This record gives sequence, C-alpha cells and structure tokens, in this order.
Amino acid sequence: MPLPAVEATTLTIRKTALNNVHRQMGAKMVEFNGWDMPVEYPSSGGIIAEHNAVRGGVGIFDVSHMGDIRLAGPGALAAVQHISMNDAAQLAVRQAQYSALLYPQGTFVDDVIVHRIGEHEYLLVINAGTREKDFNWVRDNTRQFDCQIENLSDDFTQIAIQGPKGINLLQKLTGADLGSVKFYWVTRGTVCGLNNILIARTGYTGENGFEIYIPSDEALSARVWEEILQAGKEFGVLPCGLGARNTLRLEAKLPLYGHEISETINVWEAGLDRFCKMEKPEFIGRAALEKAKINNLQRTLVGLEMVERGIARDGYKVLDDGGREIGYVTSGSPAPFLKKNIALAYLPPEFADVGSTVKVVIRGQGVKAQVVQTPFYKRPKKA
Amino acid sequence: MPYPTDFKYTKEHEWIKADGKNATIGITNYAQESLGDIVFADLPKVGAETTAGKTFGSIESVKAVSDLYAPASGTVTEVNGELATAPEKINKDAHSAWLIRIALKDRGELNSLLSAADYEKFVADEAGP
Repeated sequence: MPLPAVEATTLTIRKTALNNVHRQMGAKMVEFNGWDMPVEYPSSGGIIAEHNAVRGGVGIFDVSHMGDIRLAGPGALAAVQHISMNDAAQLAVRQAQYSALLYPQGTFVDDVIVHRIGEHEYLLVINAGTREKDFNWVRDNTRQFDCQIENLSDDFTQIAIQGPKGINLLQKLTGADLGSVKFYWVTRGTVCGLNNILIARTGYTGENGFEIYIPSDEALSARVWEEILQAGKEFGVLPCGLGARNTLRLEAKLPLYGHEISETINVWEAGLDRFCKMEKPEFIGRAALEKAKINNLQRTLVGLEMVERGIARDGYKVLDDGGREIGYVTSGSPAPFLKKNIALAYLPPEFADVGSTVKVVIRGQGVKAQVVQTPFYKRPKKA
Repeated sequence: MPYPTDFKYTKEHEWIKADGKNATIGITNYAQESLGDIVFADLPKVGAETTAGKTFGSIESVKAVSDLYAPASGTVTEVNGELATAPEKINKDAHSAWLIRIALKDRGELNSLLSAADYEKFVADEAGP
C-alpha cells in the first residue's frame, strides 16, 4: 500500500511562522498549495477528533498560509467595487463580507473575504494557492483608482479559533468585548498582551468562531499559539489541521478554490448568487454573468449523500441511472460529525432535485448516491 | 508497537502470517499511523484470487484512498466482516485486525518478503531523519 508522502520534499516549499511549533507537536505535515502545513495532529486524536472538537467545543487552526491584500485611499471603495462581485458599499466600518474576484467571463479568480477595516481601508483575505495571481490581478485591475495596494500576506500569523466554545476561549485572552462582535464583523483589541490586533468573527468551518491576525514573528506566534492552547484546556481545545478544516467546510458546503469554484466555473453554476450583487452597475464579470443568466444553466452544484457503501472522492465521475456520464464530484469525503459519506458535484439541473438518485463511479463500479439538501450541516441557532 | 516476528512484511506496508498452507493478511501499524482515521475497507469476496504484488482491495482514511497489495498469491478463504462496520479496529490494533485470509498458492513466495527486523529498519528509513 503506497502511503501518502509525509515529508515535504519541494525545496521552495513555504512555511508559516508556526511551522516549528507544528513539528514539535508531532503534527503530520503535508504539502498544500506550496505550503508545508499540518494535516492532522495525532496528539489531538486525528481528523475525526479534531472535527468533532470544533462542532462541539473549540479547535484552533494555523491559517497563516492565507494571503492578505490591503487597499487604502480615497478610491479604495471604488476599486473594491470594481474587482469584486458583492456590494462593498453596504459595509460599515468593521464589517466584512464573503465575495469573489471574477474574470470578465464571470468565472473565479478566487473567493475572498472583504473586511472594511477603516473609513477608506479594506483588507481582502485570499487563498494560499492563489496569492500571487490574486495580488497581481488586483494590482493590474485597480490602477485607475486613487488607492494604494499592498500585499500583506507575509505580515500576519492568522489563527482561527473555531467552535461554540471559541468565544469563551478567546475572551480569556483579550480585552475586546467579543460578545458585541456579530458574525462577519471585526474588532480590534489586545490579544495575549499584543495591542491593536485585528479580530474577525469569521471562519471556514460552518461553526461560530474568530480569526485573529497577529504579527508573523516566529517567537511571538509560538507564544500566542501556546497561550491559546493553555487558555483552552478547560474547554477541551484541540489543535486542528487542514484535514479537519476540509471536512468541516465540506459539511457546511463552503466552496474551496480549485474544487467548487475555479476559472472555468461561473457564479451561477456555483450557486453563489446571493453574494453576487447584479444591482451594482459595474464590476468585472458582470456583463458575462448577465448574459449567462438568460441562458439555461448547463450544470449546477449539488450535495450528494452516498446510499450504497462507498466514499465519493474529488474528481470521481457521476452517472445517471442509465449509466450515462452526467457530471463529476468536486469534493467528497466521509463527514465525521454527520457520520455519512457526502460529496459536492456538478450535475445538469434536471438531476439537481432533492431525492433524485445518481451513481458515483468508485473504482469502476457505479455506487448509488442521492441528491440531498445543502448545507449538509447547519449550526444550531442559539436561542 | 512491536512488529511480530512470526509475520512477514511488504514494502507497501502489508503483513502476512502463514499457518501451513493458509495465511492471514493485514496492514502494519506504521501504515495505520500514516493513514490516520480509517473509515472504509474495500475487500475482495471469498473465492477471489490474489496475486503477489498486485492490488486486492483498498483502504480509505478520512483523507485518502490507498490500494492494498497482496503479499502472496492465493485464493481468499475468509474476509474480516467486522471491518465493514468497524474499520477503526485497524487503527486500534493493526496487527490483530486482519483483512483477509487466503489459501497460499506457493509458500515459497514468502521468502522474498521482509522480516520484522528488516521492516522496522525500512520504515525507520522511510520516516526520514
């Protein structure tokens, strides 16, 4: 049985400021988009334990591989409006929104979180694998606006503190009143003795939680990571790797670049309509999307649950009951909290109704799956 | 976890324990550690043939699918049915949670496999400095 590579071998592989900490903790490291990242921590009990810690308690993730682009100046809003599909004019200072950067054809450069961190100041948080592409694209498409573009990707250690107990954990370490920070809002405050730290109520797990942005100094990052783990002991905090991050986001149907969204998939196909504001008079990709809206969709993103034994995986083919190939799986995995085998797949709209059955090709065999409602998991609403 | 000395091992991380003309096959503790949480084992049916060095099934962790390679040729006589509902038993004790039993075609094939000591050295090298 050939095993997945444990040691990264690429010479140019990048490391976050917490790389040594992960290794000292015995994390299993993998190469992810050019980064040497923890996939799971055997000391936490592995992916399933990490996943369930986030659903029921709290888990922390090093997500410093994510990139950050700052736009600041009198023309910053106009620039953000031009390059992103959501309506940044709706953002109050300290509010954030999910959005995407699009190509003229209405497909994805990347998905982003736009944070309005000042009157004329925005922070775009972007994916690791698309850092350079995104920065160049943002710079090249905002030249006509009166604003400064800065790549801050290497400036931050970004730590995600996720799960229902995340607020209790982080509140022990900060003077900021976290209870007053609503979902997709940000604040600034002292964290672990560091002043003026950006604290965002965001995440990629389908759970309540926060992401903090501290300076990417190694010793300082290690100290904060350790203090978070210490403060979280009473809540059963676990350090979590990219494995759990992926299963958590999949249960919550949060898209992953290169899977559910890419430069060949458009906004309507991905089902991200509610983050794409066509009432905005102009943004890159808008004209193509307007045309695409009139035409019928050729494919749409659906949630599948395996009915027969088998696990759908990324890239597996999907057949109709008659054996005709109709689509493919973008992400598939066992869902540790739901205890089902789930997948996202692009299928023609006529197969998208909840309850319709298809077959996923697993090692040459068509294995029965059923279209189900998404997100697969929705966090319980607090009274 | 010690590697039993009455087992033989492959470089693909399967173990085989021969008992006369029959043998039991599983994956090693190193393999289960590397894979992480095992959630699925796709195993052949009784009566299927295995060929030394060829795949006979696959095993899946949360993250990945890995092929299983037969340490020896033979005919499947028994499949560990427990793994259908409790594949995590492999994580708990890989050297007792066997996958299949086969009737060996040629016991001599086992001579080319690794001893426990050789396998231990092999994985120590593979894990890196």
